[in-house]
Amino acid sequence: MKVNTPIIEMIDISKIFPGVRALSNVSFRLFPGEVHSLMGENGAGKSTLVKVLTGVHNHDGGTIQIEEQPMEVISPLHAQQLGISTVYQEVNLCPNLSVVENIFIGRELMKRGFIDWKKMNKRAEELLAKLNINIDVTKELSTYSVAIQQMVAIARSLNISSKVLILDEPTSSLDVNEVNQLFECINNLKKEGMAILFISHFLDQVYEISDRITVLRNGEFIGEYLTEDLPRLELISKMVGKELKQLENKLNTEEKEEEPSKNDLFLEAVKLTKKGKIQPFDLKLYSGEIYGLAGLLGSGRTEMARLLFGADKVDEGEIKMKGQTIQLNSPKQAIRNGVAFCSENRKAEGIIPELSIRENMILAIQGIKGWFKYIPHKKQVEIADEYIRLLNINPPNPEQLIKNLSGGNQQKVLLARWLITNPNLLILDEPTRGIDVGAKAEIQKLMLELKDEGKSILFISSELEEVVRTCRRIAVLRDRQKISEIKNNEQIDHQYIMQEIAGGN
Amino acid sequence: MNHLFKINNRLIPLVVTLILFVFMYAFGMFRYTNFSSPQVFLNLFIDNAFLIVVAVGMTFVILTGGIDLSVGSVIALTSMVAASLLLAGLSPFVVFPLALLIGPILGFLMGCCIHYFHLQPFIVTLAGMFLARGLALLINVQTIPITDDVFRFMARTRIPIGDYFISISVIIALIVVGIGVYVAHFTKFGRSVYAIGGSEQSALLMGLPVGKTKILVYTISGFCASLAGLLFTFYMLSGYGLHANGLELNAIAAVVIGGTLLTGGVGYVAGSVLGVLMLGTIQSLIAYEGSLSAWWTRIAVGVLLLLFIVLHRVILLREEKRKDKVGSMEEKESKAS
Amino acid sequence: MMKSKLFWPFVVLLILLLINFIHNPSFFAIEIRNGNFTGGLITILHRATPLILISIGMTLVIATKGIDLGVGSVIAISGAIAAMLLSGSFGESNSLFPLFVAIALAIMVAVATGLWNGMLISRLGIQPIVATLILMTAGRGVAQLITGGQIPTVYYSPYSFIGRGHVFMLPITIYIVAIVLCFTFYMTRKTSIGLFIESVGGNPTASRLSGISSKNIILMVYVFSGFCAGVAGLILSSNVMSADGNNAGLWFELDAILAVVIGGTSLMGGRFFLMGTVLGALIIQTLTTTIYSLGIPSNLILVVKAVVVLTVCLLQSPEFRKKIVEIFSFRKSVNKGKGVKHHESSL
Repeated sequence: MKVNTPIIEMIDISKIFPGVRALSNVSFRLFPGEVHSLMGENGAGKSTLVKVLTGVHNHDGGTIQIEEQPMEVISPLHAQQLGISTVYQEVNLCPNLSVVENIFIGRELMKRGFIDWKKMNKRAEELLAKLNINIDVTKELSTYSVAIQQMVAIARSLNISSKVLILDEPTSSLDVNEVNQLFECINNLKKEGMAILFISHFLDQVYEISDRITVLRNGEFIGEYLTEDLPRLELISKMVGKELKQLENKLNTEEKEEEPSKNDLFLEAVKLTKKGKIQPFDLKLYSGEIYGLAGLLGSGRTEMARLLFGADKVDEGEIKMKGQTIQLNSPKQAIRNGVAFCSENRKAEGIIPELSIRENMILAIQGIKGWFKYIPHKKQVEIADEYIRLLNINPPNPEQLIKNLSGGNQQKVLLARWLITNPNLLILDEPTRGIDVGAKAEIQKLMLELKDEGKSILFISSELEEVVRTCRRIAVLRDRQKISEIKNNEQIDHQYIMQEIAGGN
Repeated sequence: MNHLFKINNRLIPLVVTLILFVFMYAFGMFRYTNFSSPQVFLNLFIDNAFLIVVAVGMTFVILTGGIDLSVGSVIALTSMVAASLLLAGLSPFVVFPLALLIGPILGFLMGCCIHYFHLQPFIVTLAGMFLARGLALLINVQTIPITDDVFRFMARTRIPIGDYFISISVIIALIVVGIGVYVAHFTKFGRSVYAIGGSEQSALLMGLPVGKTKILVYTISGFCASLAGLLFTFYMLSGYGLHANGLELNAIAAVVIGGTLLTGGVGYVAGSVLGVLMLGTIQSLIAYEGSLSAWWTRIAVGVLLLLFIVLHRVILLREEKRKDKVGSMEEKESKAS
Repeated sequence: MMKSKLFWPFVVLLILLLINFIHNPSFFAIEIRNGNFTGGLITILHRATPLILISIGMTLVIATKGIDLGVGSVIAISGAIAAMLLSGSFGESNSLFPLFVAIALAIMVAVATGLWNGMLISRLGIQPIVATLILMTAGRGVAQLITGGQIPTVYYSPYSFIGRGHVFMLPITIYIVAIVLCFTFYMTRKTSIGLFIESVGGNPTASRLSGISSKNIILMVYVFSGFCAGVAGLILSSNVMSADGNNAGLWFELDAILAVVIGGTSLMGGRFFLMGTVLGALIIQTLTTTIYSLGIPSNLILVVKAVVVLTVCLLQSPEFRKKIVEIFSFRKSVNKGKGVKHHESSL
C-alpha cells in the first residue's frame, strides 16, 4: 500500500564544509510503508544527508518538509521528537545497562518519584515481541549478540513511536542468519506503515529489502529509481560514474598475458579465515606482479589484507612464504618477513600527527632495527630528503609536522615509510583515496615501477579503472567472500568487474 | 551453567567483598573475645560515618568514569570554615548551611571545567585538592578547637539501640546512603550516570543530558564531601587544615572494593558502604592485634585494591572473549524460544 | 616549535628570580664558603634536584599517554631501605662498602616497583592511573613497614655524601641530576627509544602497525620512572640522614606532573620536552623558595599551584582556546564545534 504523499521530502539540499561542497542540490523523498535505499560510494554524501536529516548538521541550502510542513531539524533530540529515529552501524547503546534500560533510558516510566521497573520490563517485552525477539530483558545488553543489540536499538526507536526509521549500515557486522532476522523485522515494520531509510554496502541486501533506490555521487543527486527498474550493473555504474580517463601508466598487453612462474611465488594463503570478518580464501602472490582486490567497501578487502599482515589473529588456515609455513602473529613479524601494509585509514592507523615527516618516514625501518641501532640524524635527513624528492612531497621540509600536510602528501609519506623498509610484498589499501588526480597518477606510476623492480604488490581500490589498468590478476570480493579470480586481458574492463561485484544477474 | 554466570558477572566483585568481610569479621570474633560485642560492629559505623558519606558521592563520580581527588581537602576546608566561623561568634545554624555550600560550589566549578573544556577529571580535581587544602591552611595553620554546644551535642549524643548505641552522624550517613541508592537506581538522573559510564558517546546520541549530569555528579560529590566534613568536625570537635589528609585514596579504595568499576558504568552505592566497612574492619583488626602496626592498614588496603582491580580486569577480558564465541549461540537460543 | 615551548617557562622562571633579586640584592651573588660555592641560585638548584629527577621520569611516562602516581611512595621506600641498612652499627665505620650495598639495594627495589607498575599496565592492560594508584596507597605502608614505624637516624657519615657532599665546589646532587639528564638525553635522542615513546604516545595503533612493540616501551618508561624515584629518595633521605616513611616525598607525584605540564608536554601523550620539564621543576622550587623568603604564608603555595595547574591545562585545551577566540572575534552563527567534528571523522 503506497500513500501518495511522502512523509519526508528533502528538496535541493546543499551542505558546505570548509573547503568542501559535501552536498549540492540533493533531493530525497521517503514514503510511509516503503524501504528506501540510499546508495553511493564512500564520500558520496550519504552520511552527510542523513546527518542533515537527523539534525546533527544544519544545511546551507534547500528545504526539508516533514508531512508536508517545512521544518528545521535542529538537533538529534529534535529529530527524535519529530518521529525520526536512527540506528547506526556501531550500536549506539550502553553495553553496561540492561536491555530494558537501553530501550527506555531518557524517558523512563515513573511512578511516585520512582522508576517503575515492572511496567518497563513488561513494555520492553511487548516491544521486542513485535520484532519476534524473545529474550530476558533484565540482562545486560553486552551479553547479547550484535544482531540482538541492533533489534534493541530498533525497539528503542519504536518506543518513541517513530514514523521514520533510518538504518545506517545496520548489517555490516551481522552474519547471514542475523541479517535474515533483521530483514524479517524490517518487513514487519514496513507493513505497519513505517518509512524506512536503509543504507548498506551489500548489494544483495539492498536488492532483497528495498522498494526504491536513490543514488548519490560526489555529493550530487544522480537519480531516484524503483528497485525493480534498476539492474545491478546500472546501479553500480551510476554509483561510480562512467568517466573513463585513460592515463598513460598502464600495464603492457604482453605483460597481462604473461604466466606467473612458480619460482616467483612469494606468499601463499591457504584457507585463511577470520570468523565474522572474512570467509576462508586462497591467495597466491607472485614477485613482480600487482594483484588487485576489487569489491565494494565492507566486502572483506581490508580484513583479507590485515590477516596477511598479522594485524588480526588468524582463526584458521595457514600462510606460506616461499613454500614455508610461517606464523604471522604481529605486524612486527610480518614486517621482518618483508611484508608492508599501508592502511586505508590514514588518520587512525597511519600517521603519528605530532611527529615530523622525517620521523614518520623512518618509523618502520627503525622498528626493524630496534632500540639501539639508531639511524643518525644526518642519515635520517638524507633519507627523508631522498623520498621527498622521489615522491614529490610538498612541503619539501623533512621537519614539517605531518599533521600539517594535505591528504595526498600524508599518503606519500606513509608510502615512503614502507618503501624505506624495502619490502618484498607491499599491501596498499586504498592508497589513492581522497587525494588529487596528480598524486593518484604519481602513485600508480610508482606502483608499476616497483613491480618492475620485482616486488609483489597487493592493491586494494574502489576505483576499478585503476585496478584494471595496473593489475595482472584481480580477486573479486562480495559479502566477505572471495568470489572469483580474474586474469586481466584486453577483454576485461571495469564494467566486467562491476558485473562480477554485482553478481546476482 | 552459562546462564548462571551471566547474572553473576557484575555481582562477582561484590560477592567476593561480602565473603571477605564476613570471613574477616568472623576471624576477629574468633580471635578476640571483645570483638564479638555488637558494639564493635556499630563502632565501625560510628568511626567511619564521614567516610561512608564521602564514598557515596565518590561512587557517583566513578560511575561516570571520572574521579574526584578533592574530597579529603574539602573535608578539611569545611571543618576549618565551620570552626573559624564559630570562633567568630556565628550561630551554628548559620554555620551549617554556609559550610555545606563549600563542596557543591567547588564541585560545580570542577564539573564545568571537565565538561566544557574537556579537561581530565584527574587533573581538575587535583587542582581542586590543592586549592581547598591551601585555602584551609590559609585560614589558619593551627587547630581550632570547637566548644559550641550544638556541635558538642551532635558529637556526644548516643542513640541507644538495645544495650548498645550509635551516634547522630551514623543516622545522617545512613540517610545519605538511602538517598544515594534511591537516586542511583530509581531516578532518571541515576540511570543517566550509569549510561554515561557505559558509553558517553551513546548517551549523547540517545539524547541524554550528558553535560548536566556530569556537572551535577561533581557537585553531588562536593556536597557529600562537605557534609562528611561536618560529620568529621563533630567527630574531632576541631577544625584543622590537615584533617583527612589522603582520605581521597581511602574513599576511592572503598568504592573499588565495593565492586564499582574504575572505568565507570558498573557498581552499586550499597557496595561502597560495604567497602567502607571492610576498611573499618581491617583497621579494627589491626588495632586489636596490638602487635601489628598501623601501617599494615595501608598495605592491606593496597593489596585489596590490587585484588579487585585485577578481578575487574579478568572479568572484563573474559566477557570480551566470550562475546566473540557466544554471539552465534545466543542467536540460536533466541530463535528456539 | 621547541623554542616557543621553552620560552614562557623560561620567562616565568626569570621573573621569579628577579623578584628574589629585588627582595634580596645579594641573591645572585655566589661566594666561596668552606671551599664550596654557595648562593641563592645554587641552593635552589640543589633543593630542586629530587623534583627534577622525578619529573624526568614522569615526562617519559606522560609522553606514552600514561601517568605514575606511585613515585612519592617509591621515594619513601627507597629512603627507608637505605636508612635502615645504614642506621645500625655502621655509625663508626668509614668503609664505603655498606654505602654501595645500600645504594644498590634501594635502587633495585625502586626499579622493581617500576617493573611492577609497568607489568600491570603493559601486560594486564590496566589503566595507568588505576594501576599506579595501588602503589600510591600501599607504598607508604611498605616504607613504614621497612622502618618499623620509626624514623631511623643514620650516623654513618659517608651516607651524607649523597645529599650534602660537594665535588669540585658544587653539591654532588647537581652532578647526579646532570648525569641522569645527560643519560636520558642520550637515550631519547641518540637511540630510537625517544622516537618510539613519542610514536606510541601519539598514535598507539599506527605504531603497532609500523612494527613497534609498544608493550616494551611502556614497561621501560615505568621502570625508568621507578629508578628516578629511587635516586630521588636516596638524595632526600641522605640530606636529612633519616627516613620518614610517612612524609618523605609527600605529593611529589603531583609536583612532578605539574612540572611536566608546565614544561609543555601534553597529558595526552606524544611530544615530550625534557628541558621544559627541568625548567618546570625549577619554577616550582623557585616559587617555594620565593614564597618563603618573602615571608608570605607558606600555605599560599598550594593555592598558587592550583591556579597554575588550572591555567596551564586550560591553555592547553582546544575547547578553551576556541571559546576565547569566539569571545574576541565576531560571533558566527555556526553550529557548535560538535557538528564539524563529526564531519572530520567521517572524511
